[in-house]
Amino acid sequence: MSIPADLSYTSEHEWLRREGETAVVGITAYAADALGDVVYVDLPEVGAQITAGEACGELESTKSVSDLFAPADGEVVKVNDKLGDDAGLVNSDPYGEGWLFVVKVSGEPDTLDAAGYAELIGE
Amino acid sequence: MKPTPLHDVHTALGAHLTEFAGWAMPVRYGSETAEHNAVRTAAGLFDLSHMGEIEVTGPEAGRALDRALVGRPSAIGVGRARYSMICAEDGGIIDDLVIYRLAEEHYLVVANASNVDVVHPALVERASGFDAAVRDCSEEWALIAVQGPNSPAIIAALTDLDVPSLKYYAIDAGSLAGIEVRLARTGYTGEDGFEIYCRPADAADVWAALSKAGEEHGLIPAGLACRDTLRLEAGMPLYGNELSRDITPFEAGLGRVVALDKPEGFVGDAALAARKEEGPRSELVGLIPEGRRSPRAGYPVLDPATGAEIGVVTSGSPSPTLGHPVAIAHVRPDLRTPGTRLQISVRGTVVDAEVVPLPFYTRAR
Repeated sequence: MSIPADLSYTSEHEWLRREGETAVVGITAYAADALGDVVYVDLPEVGAQITAGEACGELESTKSVSDLFAPADGEVVKVNDKLGDDAGLVNSDPYGEGWLFVVKVSGEPDTLDAAGYAELIGE
Repeated sequence: MKPTPLHDVHTALGAHLTEFAGWAMPVRYGSETAEHNAVRTAAGLFDLSHMGEIEVTGPEAGRALDRALVGRPSAIGVGRARYSMICAEDGGIIDDLVIYRLAEEHYLVVANASNVDVVHPALVERASGFDAAVRDCSEEWALIAVQGPNSPAIIAALTDLDVPSLKYYAIDAGSLAGIEVRLARTGYTGEDGFEIYCRPADAADVWAALSKAGEEHGLIPAGLACRDTLRLEAGMPLYGNELSRDITPFEAGLGRVVALDKPEGFVGDAALAARKEEGPRSELVGLIPEGRRSPRAGYPVLDPATGAEIGVVTSGSPSPTLGHPVAIAHVRPDLRTPGTRLQISVRGTVVDAEVVPLPFYTRAR
């Protein structure tokens, strides 16, 4: 399962791509594979304040629904509108077109590097 | 977890395996949506070897089953099958079953994997006093299903049996790819399809022959995830979801399987006659919720007028064929009429939903 070296990870299987004070957030290929075909993504709204470790949305697949946990404290500044038409992007391109939202991070999120995440999922 | 006779095949195919009724079962091989769509438009190949098989044989096998089940197996023609149920004395459903009559004095009762350990002793007990033998032969059968509009062509390419004349809910014995099998035209997907009973030692060869013959017909291996969404769209009940000990066949909308006029009576007949008389205590309905969040089993169904809980979702999922969520629910009988507006509590949000007739999906014939 792919784990890009340049991203940060959470124990809830999200990835973050830091770009200055903001971070792009998505779920990992491992998480996307475990969920099965994602058919609906419920994202936080732009402007929402999110708290690290708390649910801020949902990922719904045919078989199950999972909470989306905020990977960091901060304010949501952008969401991926393309997922409204094609939630399957989360499966087909989890680190690219399947990104979920952008958060303006306050404080330093508690994350793992690629090696730490690989260890977490036993790879 | 118990491996099926096809375990190595699933592992080689890279299946996601899950524990189901003590068995290691393929939940999906790749995309469950692709597997679902393949069954609707081409064909899917399923391992159902977890299902329980119980043999009832002897001169009074039919009478014993008439006593044990709610239907009338003695009236099933040789080579035909019926859907039936086994109920407790109080009318509660112990399991739903398919009964095949293989010969005049030979029946095969197919039970859910999770219930075979209850159904088998119940049949033994209920058959006592009749000249009939009951035997759990689950270990002697592997079960492979080919489901979908292309399944007749795939089966016909491999067998000497007359596939076009094998009717829905019929079974025949013959050879498939040179292997002795019992071929039934049954299934749980809402599509035309076949279920193939073979010896466990032959299962991998049967699977391989079907995979090869199916290549040009779009056949792909399909797991339990899509089996569940296929049966849900087709409005077919699942034991443990729609069916349970807490309801009778009448609450499941399946009163037609109960033969109250059997001359010798059956286990549960008094309770079921009374329930028929007083009417079902709840009704199974289809619900289509607004929006895209899917209700799931256990979510409360509410009366919009009062907010009172008047039912519960038994199964719910995004429907791959229809492109929106669908759900089945038990609701108060007076709220069963199609068009009735209800609400479902979906993970903290109340969502409007409309009662619709079941099934959600019917194949074109």
